[in-house]
Amino acid sequence: MDTFQDTVFKLKRYWADRGAIIQEPYDVEVGAGTMCPETFLRVLGPKPYRVAYVQPSRRPADGRYGENPNRLYKHQQLQVILKPTPDDVIDQYLGSLKAIGIDLAKHDIKFEEDNWESPTLGAWGIGWQVMLDGLEITQFTYFQQCGGIDLDLAPAELTYGLERISAFLQGVDSVYEMEWAPGVKYSEVRLADELQFSVYNFETANVDRLWRLLSEHEAECKELLAGYEKYPEKHRYPVLAAYDQVLKCSQLFNLLDARGAISVTERVGVIKRVRDLAVGTAKIWADQQQQEAA
Amino acid sequence: MSLDFLLEIGTEEIPHWMIPGALAQLTKVDLLGATPSVDATPRRLVVRAEGLPERTPDSEQVVKGPPITAGDKAAEGFAKKQGADPSALRKAGNYYELVKKISGRATLDILAESLPTAILGIQWPKTMYWTDRSGPRFIRPIRWLVALLGDQVIPIEIGGVRSGNVTRGHRILGANSIPVTIASYESELRKNFVILAAHERRHKIEKEGAALGAKLDGDLVETLTYITEFPTAIKGDFDPAYLELPAEVLTTVMRHHQKYFSVEDAIGLAPNFVAVMNTSGDPDGLVKHGNERVLKARFNDARFFWNVDQSKKLADRVGDLAKVTFQAKLGSYKEKTERVVALVKELGGDANAQRAALLSKCDLTTEMVKEFTDLQGVVGGLYAKAQGEPEAVSRAIYEHYQPLSMEDSIPSTAEGQIVALADKLDTLRECFRIGLQPTGSKDPFALRRSAQGLVKILVEAKLDYQLDQLVQGELREFMLDRVKHYFREVRGFKYDEVNAVLAAGCWTLADVEARLTALAEVRPTENFEPLAASFKRIRNILKQAGYSGGERILEGDFEQEAERELYRELERVVKVATDSREYRTTLAATASTRPSVDRFFDKVMVMDESPVVRARRLELLYRINMHFSTIADFSEIVTSGAAQDAGASKEV
Repeated sequence: MDTFQDTVFKLKRYWADRGAIIQEPYDVEVGAGTMCPETFLRVLGPKPYRVAYVQPSRRPADGRYGENPNRLYKHQQLQVILKPTPDDVIDQYLGSLKAIGIDLAKHDIKFEEDNWESPTLGAWGIGWQVMLDGLEITQFTYFQQCGGIDLDLAPAELTYGLERISAFLQGVDSVYEMEWAPGVKYSEVRLADELQFSVYNFETANVDRLWRLLSEHEAECKELLAGYEKYPEKHRYPVLAAYDQVLKCSQLFNLLDARGAISVTERVGVIKRVRDLAVGTAKIWADQQQQEAA
Repeated sequence: MSLDFLLEIGTEEIPHWMIPGALAQLTKVDLLGATPSVDATPRRLVVRAEGLPERTPDSEQVVKGPPITAGDKAAEGFAKKQGADPSALRKAGNYYELVKKISGRATLDILAESLPTAILGIQWPKTMYWTDRSGPRFIRPIRWLVALLGDQVIPIEIGGVRSGNVTRGHRILGANSIPVTIASYESELRKNFVILAAHERRHKIEKEGAALGAKLDGDLVETLTYITEFPTAIKGDFDPAYLELPAEVLTTVMRHHQKYFSVEDAIGLAPNFVAVMNTSGDPDGLVKHGNERVLKARFNDARFFWNVDQSKKLADRVGDLAKVTFQAKLGSYKEKTERVVALVKELGGDANAQRAALLSKCDLTTEMVKEFTDLQGVVGGLYAKAQGEPEAVSRAIYEHYQPLSMEDSIPSTAEGQIVALADKLDTLRECFRIGLQPTGSKDPFALRRSAQGLVKILVEAKLDYQLDQLVQGELREFMLDRVKHYFREVRGFKYDEVNAVLAAGCWTLADVEARLTALAEVRPTENFEPLAASFKRIRNILKQAGYSGGERILEGDFEQEAERELYRELERVVKVATDSREYRTTLAATASTRPSVDRFFDKVMVMDESPVVRARRLELLYRINMHFSTIADFSEIVTSGAAQDAGASKEV
């Protein structure tokens, strides 16, 4: 039986063998692997790219103090971007399941419509949730738009829910029961995280300060976005730093939301604030890429 | 020689609910007179036909040329432009003309040209591109194409995919490359674990499901038919301890989230489910085990939500609704709740109805509804009951979203009906107030459904609110449309009958229904339509005379027997109406006056020279018109031509 990390190794190996760069997780908090620059920015423009990485994804509102066997404040996604999408992308995907030990002939696999959309990122795509014996194991998306920009190519994004897949492979009912490494349970590695961050996210995070931080990061981002036009050497311009600020804002929004601090009337407005930053960043990044190509 | 045709559009998995719509469009594809028959699985849209011609026939086209008077030069120029020799021109009247021979074309060529457009012309609710931005758009990527005319491949290309004679089997069980002919196509697919015909897959699901005790439901069967290529049903079990949870929650989890059929025994829900796989079997029980595991986790969640939710009563959640958006411009559900409570009061709802209205949306703040949104209302009702609210309150909350469709039933209690009514009415009024009325096919707030539900409640619960007092302006027009739609499309009344009753100024919908029922019963009787035709005439006479009532008349005032007879008939009908207070009897009595009305028009000239006689006759007609039109305005009844002719004699 494969441990959690064995499964991760095998998936990374599988995609490395198919020409993907194996990246390490991004070091700014994100709600999903999609938000990492390796996806959000790389899918823009005509340049081919293949990348796979594990991304710990933080969703403050999903925390359950470590008490729910399947719900986590932070879970690990294996994110794969294939740009352009190979014609046999689904066969390749099914191959990855075989590679981690799933004998497809003995299981039931279905592709059920599930289109992905992120209002805060101005992004959407068309795709499916992949169901294995009734369990959603992967989100499969053909990106169509990102940061409000229609994509030149329509890259395929595969997002594997690693905890679910591994718990399935190990046949355990609770993610905390699965083996991360030989003799080491998931709970030993992560349970404290889940408990403490649930307490923080739901109970103790300082709402006033979070609002101030949101404004500060927003201001920093806006300043960076505003400076691009007049900056002479475009390729040096720190648009990537601006994008980090977008991620900070997005995470603060999620935290405030989990804290119940965003009222109805504010909500739409705050989402728009973050989206404006994401869209602005995408636009500059695309322009920078174009200048570089020229 | 005639040829058979096969087109298979091989795709990645198409959303099940879009497939029937796409097939309907493909039945209209132009196959040179042959009738397309269509079929589909999630991965293929298939069009087949027999008897296509090998070529289209040769034909002639006459092209008109310059006038003969324009001279030889013009004629030569015309011939040259048409690519013909001037000697081929002939004279027709004052003009030259050219008969061009158009040779028929090979069907293969025609289809090679037309098929890509036909394929990419299918309208989908949402499309995507998958090669690049300038590439084709379709519902999901097209990965292979089989296009055959007889034994020849029709050469087409879409997004880099070229047609051929090679199909693909089931993703896991079948081969990935299967050469086919038109004759072998379906059986080759079957060998490769693809059942092409939807009806066959449907039948397999129903048969196997029933054998395992599944409580089959049509929508889910249809969904499963179109998300599988080779459906096979299996039975799974769950711990009976979960049966403590409400059956509504368990079935929602099974049906809506996991696409399982529930299983019922004599007592109720049984601790089993039936899942439909897209594969041929589960020899090692792995699929069963996997699905059981998922269901257990889902049920655990539900139990967790139930327990967490009980820590705060519904009544204590009203304030939390401030954080739940109803609509961006319309504020929160707290504000909506306040409006609905006020409306329930205004409509005469009792304390229980008001309490139900107050608590009706509180379940939106519960974990259970956040997870299982379809259960809004139902969960509120269950919680209210568990928290000791009166049965009248909990049931009203439980049912207040009903009816969800025209097939769904309305809330079963007076409290539920009034809360449902107020809730829908508020949504409609508010959305119309800020300009969110549906336009064309766009109806993002499902206002048509709300309006339709409102109509259904008013009619079926026999509530005596007058619609024209509940809604004003543009919304009234909108509602009137829905009322007509309901009575015509849902209830099957004839459109002119609906118009006739509404034109009589009836705004109490239960009353409209009673009148329509009576009218539909009396209408086929022999006197009715001719009388209705005479009514148009009465209307016209009154209109032309500009008469608006007021003359005092008695039977003795009338000289002719036909007049007196009609007067007596009028008195009789009025008496029947007052005595019976019953529409059918009154309408039947009205219809029975037809011979008298006919005789009157036959014998009597209304527009007599004497102003006194004329006024009396007009008054008689005026009263007939008034009394006979209270149930329905007969002049709205569309009568057959014969009846109209019969009525049209001296005066029109």
